[in-house]
Amino acid sequence: MDEHKLRDLVEGVKDGSVSRRAFIQRLAAVGVAAPFASQILAWNDVAMAQASLAYKPTKAGGGGPLKILLWQAPTLLNPHFASGTKDQIAGRIFFEPLAGWDKEGNLTPQLAAEVPTRANGGLSEDGKVVTWKLKQGVKWHDGKPFTADDVVFTWEYAADPATAAYTTGSYSNIKVEKVDDHTVKVIFKEPTPFWADPFVGVVGQILPKHHFGEYKGAKSREAPGNLKPVGTGPYKFVDFKPGDILTGVRNEDYHVKNQPHFDTIEVKGGGDAVSAARAVLQTGEFDYAWNLQVEDEILKRMETGGRGKVSAVPSGDIEFIILNTTDPWTEVDGERSSIKTKHPTLSDPKVREAINLLIDRDSIQKFIYGRGGTATASWVNEPKQFKSTKLKYEFNIDKANKILDDAGYKRGSDGIREKDGKKLKYVYQTSINAPRQKTQAIIKQACQKAGIDLELKSVTASVFFSSDVANPDTYTKLYCDMEMYTTTQPQPDPERFLNQLTSWEIASKENKWLGRNVSRYSDPEADKAYRAAQKELDPAKRAALLIKVNEIFCEAHVLLPLLSRNRMAASATNLMHDHSGWDVDTWNVAAWYRS
Amino acid sequence: MATYLFRRLLIAIPSLLGISVILFTVLALAPGDPFEELATNPNVPPEVRMALRAKFGIDDPVMVRYFRWLTAMAQGDWGFSFASRIDVDTLILQRVPVTLFVVGSSQLLALAIALPVGIYAATRPYSIFDQIANTLAFVGFSLPTFFTGLLFILLFSIKLDWLPFVYRSDISATGWRWFWEHFRQAIMPITVLGLFQAASYTRYVRSAVLDVIRLDYVTTARAKGLGETTVTLRHVTRNALIPVVTLVALQMPAVFGGAIVTEQIFRIPGIGSLLITAILANDTPVIMAVTFVFACLVILFNLIADLLYGWLDPRISFR
Repeated sequence: MDEHKLRDLVEGVKDGSVSRRAFIQRLAAVGVAAPFASQILAWNDVAMAQASLAYKPTKAGGGGPLKILLWQAPTLLNPHFASGTKDQIAGRIFFEPLAGWDKEGNLTPQLAAEVPTRANGGLSEDGKVVTWKLKQGVKWHDGKPFTADDVVFTWEYAADPATAAYTTGSYSNIKVEKVDDHTVKVIFKEPTPFWADPFVGVVGQILPKHHFGEYKGAKSREAPGNLKPVGTGPYKFVDFKPGDILTGVRNEDYHVKNQPHFDTIEVKGGGDAVSAARAVLQTGEFDYAWNLQVEDEILKRMETGGRGKVSAVPSGDIEFIILNTTDPWTEVDGERSSIKTKHPTLSDPKVREAINLLIDRDSIQKFIYGRGGTATASWVNEPKQFKSTKLKYEFNIDKANKILDDAGYKRGSDGIREKDGKKLKYVYQTSINAPRQKTQAIIKQACQKAGIDLELKSVTASVFFSSDVANPDTYTKLYCDMEMYTTTQPQPDPERFLNQLTSWEIASKENKWLGRNVSRYSDPEADKAYRAAQKELDPAKRAALLIKVNEIFCEAHVLLPLLSRNRMAASATNLMHDHSGWDVDTWNVAAWYRS
Repeated sequence: MATYLFRRLLIAIPSLLGISVILFTVLALAPGDPFEELATNPNVPPEVRMALRAKFGIDDPVMVRYFRWLTAMAQGDWGFSFASRIDVDTLILQRVPVTLFVVGSSQLLALAIALPVGIYAATRPYSIFDQIANTLAFVGFSLPTFFTGLLFILLFSIKLDWLPFVYRSDISATGWRWFWEHFRQAIMPITVLGLFQAASYTRYVRSAVLDVIRLDYVTTARAKGLGETTVTLRHVTRNALIPVVTLVALQMPAVFGGAIVTEQIFRIPGIGSLLITAILANDTPVIMAVTFVFACLVILFNLIADLLYGWLDPRISFR
């Protein structure tokens, strides 16, 4: 899809001939993630849609208790120190950002009165200033009013390096100014096409100045509010036992009319994913369980009781394989897989193309991941509509054989192909996780039929995903020929996600293997497109540039995308909930109700 | 007695020191970093991670860290949890009551089963009752608690739908309902732990009673014309229980360890599940504190066993 088509589409949405949903689907089909697609609309003055869950109850309260089960227990409640989703989910019940992301990637105002657009003057022409209008009449749980001072304070708090907030990356390069009591200005140093990062979603929770004011910087860990939150959210804090249970009670002064529906909320932690699913789907002890990394077959069996249902929403996470184009078996300057080396056979594009044809993505989806993933050929994508006009996948052993034959790889006496004495024998590594081992087996079998021998290797997840410099088995070291894992898109912005495909992020000994480009492959064209996209303010042009980066790597068959992952949650049959792949599960907990 | 106790307590100090050195070194050598997640998160600049590491003193050499931990511990400061950002002692104190309740009740249950069954089986060796009790005991201690736990959940929670399998520490009900709810959620974990212990205790009780029952003084008691019940309870059992009591005391630390798995299965917020989450999060101060608590328990119960032994059997003197 080129720039002109995009512009036509945007015009279509404006005059009503194309629906928002259709627009987002069209863009998703060419590999633009939903939040980004709706940003394009925002830039072109098309208003954002409202929350995706219709709220039916006509009065607040009366819904009884809401019981949520997280199989990883929350350990702290300050969202700016939340080290994982579990803490972010717990913190979000009490604290709110200016806006959150719904499941279709629409920016939805929470503490903001409206989403900034060019039309309402929220976005400046040069892309450097965003003006947020705050909702009026919002009160903290202790009755004090919520004002622009709290927003400005949140920026000061998170941006201070001494606070060591985990969200600091979103705040350190901006300036925030108070215009009046209910207006703030966010000023970026550079024109920023994706401005909806500070004060938005997971990183955006606003802290009350009157509770955290004294605990900015080095004293941050002493703040009582870290464990006894006072926020603006739909539920007020009652009790918290780290690693066990969190309880809250309905906030009678909540700023959304008739919300929330439930009288109390309880978040219990601990155990494992399978038994969490069981407690919701089979015994009904809990209303909602999150992040069910459970084989779909098991979930389907549990659902047959009719007590609960499983829902899946698309996310930006992608399960994929890297083909190493550097040599993992030769050490140069103290590191293997150095970019100074070349892989004896995988550096040949024909071999990589053949391997891509040997991956039976449909079967992997059908038999292993089920609703947990959607087969895809694109690295950046939305799961439901990935039918890219350009990137397509195919499973074809004959075609792979022909490509290898033509490229001069002859089968030896053991059935394994070789050329100039170099055999097509590879070590294929991933973390220990049942679906991954099954995927490995499926691919190994297909490769065998094409004369490629795969040695399967699996590493404990805690080692594989660690940043331990001394360990040769971490995923960023890539001391193997093929590697498979999931990379997550923590923020709904493809730019930061795509820096994994740039040459300056290549993981090496020099940067202690902390570089984000694990594949070590680079292409000057991709670098150029990425750099251009960073500065490009025109969303249509920018989208086209980022799509190009993605396509270069997929067409070189260095990154072989397998499935775009979906987030799975289980809930009681009568619970109406609203989880999103672009925000935490409780982002819109105020609007949950029992039908 | 007092000097003996004093000497034993003195000996305990070097053992605890030794244990702490070993624990600390093993933890320092183990891979993993509490702020590891930050390294792979593109939104967190590396400086934040470095600042946190410096703040929590992880970058110092092992020796320095150990002595800092030791001096703090000697002053009653258990350290600060990286994951929860609160003091470790509050964290542990929140968990201890639940563990004591579950482990204590399961021990009572185990003894309530093992004593009568073991004694009765020993008074009628090789009878049908004895055979059945023996078989069940073997089955009982061959099945690990995580297995019986899952079986119970499948049967009582999922098939029959009688009992909840998620343990909740704060139940909102009051009065009798509160007791009832607590009782209901505690049945399965206590039974699982209790039956496992009961199985091995039954075997010990039986063999201890069998040893005593053939002794001459028992025959004398019978010859005096005492009733069978009096002989068994007053003469046989009292003597037979001496080794059993020591054994129960020595088993206590092992029971705390065994409860870890059960706590995880039923989501009981005890110190065992705290240990597991701390290990998964690489939360070193908490791991250190909990394992140290376990080490203290082992030493304490060893001491209690020795003292009890002497108290029950006056022939043993403390020197």
